[in-house]
Amino acid sequence: MIAGISIFEILTVTSILFFIGIYGFITRKNLISVLISIELILNASVVNFVVINKYLYPDMLQGVIFSIFIIAVAAAETALAVSIIINLYRQISSVEVKDTEIMKY
Amino acid sequence: MNISYTILIPLIPLAVFLLLGLNSKTIKPAISGYIGVLGLATSAALSFYTAYEYFFVSGKVDGVYQTFVNKTVWMNFTETLHIDMGVLIDTISIMMLIVVSIVSLMVHIYSRGYMKGDDGYTRFFSYLSLFTFSMYGLVLATNLFQIYIFWELVGVSSFLLIGYYYTKPSAVSAAKKAFIVTRFADLGFLIGILIMGYFTGTYDFETLNNPEGAVILNWASTSFMGLSVITWALLLIFIGGAGKSAMFPLHIWLPDAMEGPTPVSALIHAATMVVAGVFLVARLFPMFYFVEHGFALNVVAYVGAFSSLFAAIIAITQTDIKRVLAFSTMSQIGYMMLALGVSGYEGHDGVGYMASMFHLFTHAMFKALLFLGAGSVIHAVHSNYLKDMGGLRKYMPITNITFLIAALTIAGVPPFAGFWSKDEILVAAFEHNKLIYYVGVFVAGLTAFYMFRIYFGIFWGKEKTYEHTPHESPLSMTFPLIVLALLSIVSGFIPFSELITPDRVGFEAHLNYPLAAIATGVGLIGIVLAWVFYKKENSLSDTYATAFGPLYKWASDKFYLDEIYLFITKKIIFNLISAPIAKFDKKYVDGTMEGIGNKTVWLSGRIKGLQSGKFQDYAFSFVMGAVIIALVFIYLWTN
Repeated sequence: MIAGISIFEILTVTSILFFIGIYGFITRKNLISVLISIELILNASVVNFVVINKYLYPDMLQGVIFSIFIIAVAAAETALAVSIIINLYRQISSVEVKDTEIMKY
Repeated sequence: MNISYTILIPLIPLAVFLLLGLNSKTIKPAISGYIGVLGLATSAALSFYTAYEYFFVSGKVDGVYQTFVNKTVWMNFTETLHIDMGVLIDTISIMMLIVVSIVSLMVHIYSRGYMKGDDGYTRFFSYLSLFTFSMYGLVLATNLFQIYIFWELVGVSSFLLIGYYYTKPSAVSAAKKAFIVTRFADLGFLIGILIMGYFTGTYDFETLNNPEGAVILNWASTSFMGLSVITWALLLIFIGGAGKSAMFPLHIWLPDAMEGPTPVSALIHAATMVVAGVFLVARLFPMFYFVEHGFALNVVAYVGAFSSLFAAIIAITQTDIKRVLAFSTMSQIGYMMLALGVSGYEGHDGVGYMASMFHLFTHAMFKALLFLGAGSVIHAVHSNYLKDMGGLRKYMPITNITFLIAALTIAGVPPFAGFWSKDEILVAAFEHNKLIYYVGVFVAGLTAFYMFRIYFGIFWGKEKTYEHTPHESPLSMTFPLIVLALLSIVSGFIPFSELITPDRVGFEAHLNYPLAAIATGVGLIGIVLAWVFYKKENSLSDTYATAFGPLYKWASDKFYLDEIYLFITKKIIFNLISAPIAKFDKKYVDGTMEGIGNKTVWLSGRIKGLQSGKFQDYAFSFVMGAVIIALVFIYLWTN
């Protein structure tokens, strides 16, 4: 709990962070940037967990534990995504989103 | 009596068929011939052992021959109605086992010589094994459905063997004709089986045939168009039998079936498959006899008598020796049918049934012999036609003697087998129906005449000079001839009346001297007439042929039945019924289905652009969708 700052301000910040992540996911041209955008989305949700836990149920720990869990999953997911991108790079020598359209219909 | 081993009798030929059929390109012809003969010899040995066990050791209990069944449920429809698979051993199935074994074994041995050097040697033997398997299965069937399955299987093997020379268009069309005609008749059989199953609730022969059973006692419970439905079912089943047995008017496939190799004609179209119809009627004999006081049985008798006369008249005019034999087969099967038709049930009344089975047995021997002898002749002169033959007795002594024995047998000259069986048939007909008796006697004379016509035509007649001097066939071909000739002589002395009767008790048969004398006399008249006409080359036969004028022409054109069938099918059915239906099918049924397909292709072509392949487009759609749903929910909640 931070003095002088209510839950609404923090939730506003995390919402902005979340939509920045979505915007980045949709518009970035580079696959690595897309991956970073996904991290933004995840972090926004992690902060939400922590904040809601602290402000609404200060004597409980589920939100905090969940945020740690999400961080671990996010790390694994990033490793997987990067390995996919590396393999893709070996095939087509590019990490641009527009070069990954070859499988359509 | 333990009969579990009898299942091997059909299974061994099946194994041989699979072995030869799957390896037809790799097995050497010499080996495949031995495998075929060996497999069949094993089955034949088992059949003989079964016959010995049944007739002389353990078949008879309290003076009545028992029925042994070994079966398992194959398909369950209801509590009572199920289809079984198994073997049924009784007097007639054993007799058929013996017939099929002997003839098939002889034909296998004969084929090793006859088919020598043929490209499809192994294929031929595999088909023969398939046929033998099916025929064994047919005679051992325990119920109507099982017999139907094997019925179709013999039809298929007959089709394959008639069309064996598949590069010859005439053989192909003959095979198709045989298959379509018998298949058409089998439709009647199938409907009959279904009616039988629906109204009696069982397919089992034992249940159906029990004279005190519910099926026979309650035949009158349901009727349709003035006849009991059971009678209708029996008549429909008889249509199937008539198709296989080449009874008028479903006989048109049999003469054409002679396109197949001659051993096949001997095996399938003389001795075994074509008598399946007789066997079927005999198998259901108690039903035929008791239901509607034998109405269906009378139909069998008249159809048999008419076919017998009809075929004998045509046989006189044919010039292709195999066709003469084919019509002769049809005529003799008509004889068996009429004998069944005039039979009673108890004691000595069952003489017709006994005579029919007796004639089936002796006919199988002498007709197979006739066909194999004709095959030997054809092998020597490379022609089927009488005009290319003559004076062959000097070149082919064994064929000549055996053919003469067979001809005397079929003509009913004592003491050959045909005399005994034919005499019993005429006795049965005389006691039951005088009209049929006169037809039978007349046919006996015609039979003797046409058979000696071709005998004299082949072995005597004109002294012909041959391009290649004909020579006697090899031992593999003459050995079966000799065996079958011996059987044709001795099989008449088998006491059939004590072994095979409808009530399974047996009776003492006596020769009816006046009737036997009449039949033999008529046969001798036929032989003498043939002697006068054909012993030496002369113009007498041509003079009489012209004297009969149009009648002779009709008979030699088989009374134009083929043309009538062609007219009905090609002109009427094809043009007036099939063509409009085909048009409707193409235009509307196919049109609808194709229209649905084409429209789908068109539509998907239009909308496939939505799938851009950019994952960010999909993500955008997903987010927008989520936002819209969220807005909808917010809107709903706030109101």
